[in-house]
Amino acid sequence: MIRFNNVAKTFRRVRVLNDISLEIKLGERVALIGSNGAGKTTLIRCLLGQYLHEGQVTINGHNPRLERTQVLTEIGFVPQLPPPLKMPVGQLIAFAAKLCGTDPQRIVDLANRLGLDTAPILDQPFIRLSGGMKQKLLIAIALGRDARVLVMDEPAANLDPEARKIFFELLAERATQATMLISSHRLNEVSALVNRVIELDMGQVVLDDRVADDVSLSSLLDCRILVKRPDPALAKALQAWQFADLDSGLEWQGQVAGPDRLRFLGMTSRYVALISDLKMTETRQ
Amino acid sequence: MSQLWLTAKLDIVESLRSRWFLIYTLVFGGIVALLFLFGLTESRILGFIGLSRLLVTYIQLTMAILPIFVLITTVRSVAGDREAGVYEYLLSLPVSLSAWFWGKILGRYLVIFLPVFAAMIVAVLIALVRDIEIPWGMFSYYTALLAAMCACFLGIGMLVSALARSTDMAQGAAFLIWLTLLLFLDLILLGVMIQEKISPEVAVSIALANPLQVFRTAALSLFDPQLIVFGPSAFVILDTFGALGYQIFALLYPLLLGAICAVLGYLAFRRGDLP
Repeated sequence: MIRFNNVAKTFRRVRVLNDISLEIKLGERVALIGSNGAGKTTLIRCLLGQYLHEGQVTINGHNPRLERTQVLTEIGFVPQLPPPLKMPVGQLIAFAAKLCGTDPQRIVDLANRLGLDTAPILDQPFIRLSGGMKQKLLIAIALGRDARVLVMDEPAANLDPEARKIFFELLAERATQATMLISSHRLNEVSALVNRVIELDMGQVVLDDRVADDVSLSSLLDCRILVKRPDPALAKALQAWQFADLDSGLEWQGQVAGPDRLRFLGMTSRYVALISDLKMTETRQ
Repeated sequence: MSQLWLTAKLDIVESLRSRWFLIYTLVFGGIVALLFLFGLTESRILGFIGLSRLLVTYIQLTMAILPIFVLITTVRSVAGDREAGVYEYLLSLPVSLSAWFWGKILGRYLVIFLPVFAAMIVAVLIALVRDIEIPWGMFSYYTALLAAMCACFLGIGMLVSALARSTDMAQGAAFLIWLTLLLFLDLILLGVMIQEKISPEVAVSIALANPLQVFRTAALSLFDPQLIVFGPSAFVILDTFGALGYQIFALLYPLLLGAICAVLGYLAFRRGDLP
């Protein structure tokens, strides 16, 4: 479906992408990883038809540069850094919906599902929203249409655990109908979301591997934690994950989204000396 | 067409919320307010009285301020948007490059022309209330001159924005262009060159190529039809064009220059990296 054929890009004599050839099929969820300057953003911009480059990029056989309106109608994009738009939220939704040929209500509904109530902020400039609100809105715009390719740059970085859980559910709903390209600096941020990993370094593909696709995007884990003594920092961290305090800070219970398990364990590892027991049971596949 | 208008509307809304637009509107509204406040409508210079005197002063002040305002705000917001990631996101949406570029020009044109025009309308309304005579011919011509001036410098600004790869470079280039045009006015370097006895043809060619000088000459020609203030150079202009011919040239040439720059800007935009 997506084909990069000997793609190379040079900025002022510096080769940022070097002879990249890849084929990504429908339904694949690809993690595009690499350190800063590895070429991830440049590759994404070539895919979006924003950069001139050597070689060919095609999506379903179409060139994103030459047939941009046709190709971009099928691509939902979430940037790493939200653009500093001064326009009101309502107008951004209307603008994107009109261009993408979708119903603005669909975007509003998705934003609501992610926990962003758009009604009170419709007249507010986009730039004034918090980082998390901006991210939720951009995700809602990307997913609020029939995009067959989703390109997301660190999409869950600014989301709270509850919004991430819903975000994973939304991705799960699209898993069979869309190809996903998720860019991140670190694999552990996105490993549970993907079934293929492509690592870039110095503009070259240094790893292209399949990932065991056992983690369902919509799975849930029941979790119970016993703590040796109450600790305010741990309590605050667990409350952020919507955990319930069952015994004055000594016993906690809650649910963790399947793809978020690594992130959750990363959080608990900071308090490992305090934790006397931790149990996670998958309840929904 | 719908994509073009959507982009234009987007640019208008973005501009209306910008600080530069507030300053821009205040400056031109303020000029008219100050001219009324200092009683320019009642003063008599070169036989002109009433609103014509105010309009002449307004157009001269506008000619000095508007080009640099249009150039700097255009390159700052267009090149600035590209640097800040606005292009990366908005151009990931299915909008054609032509609708995007020309929509931006349309939106920006309305935003820069309307406050200047609104200030003139306010002047006319005040004159009507105060029962001051309104020179409608002069008002219409000056409006057309302002419209041409906005189009000219917007086109130049868009070309600079498309060619420059950073906001700093775009701003520097815009300022340099304005400074060069300013230097080659009859009041400054061109005046010195004439003093140094360059041929009238060369002087007039420079004056005709410089849109700032074209506006200044056209604005002056309405109350000084013989262009006495220009000395012998006036003969070359009037012999070549005639008074009416020059006034028409002063509208068409900047429009053409702006359009050529805008088309070149569009071609550069299309053929380069977008963000």
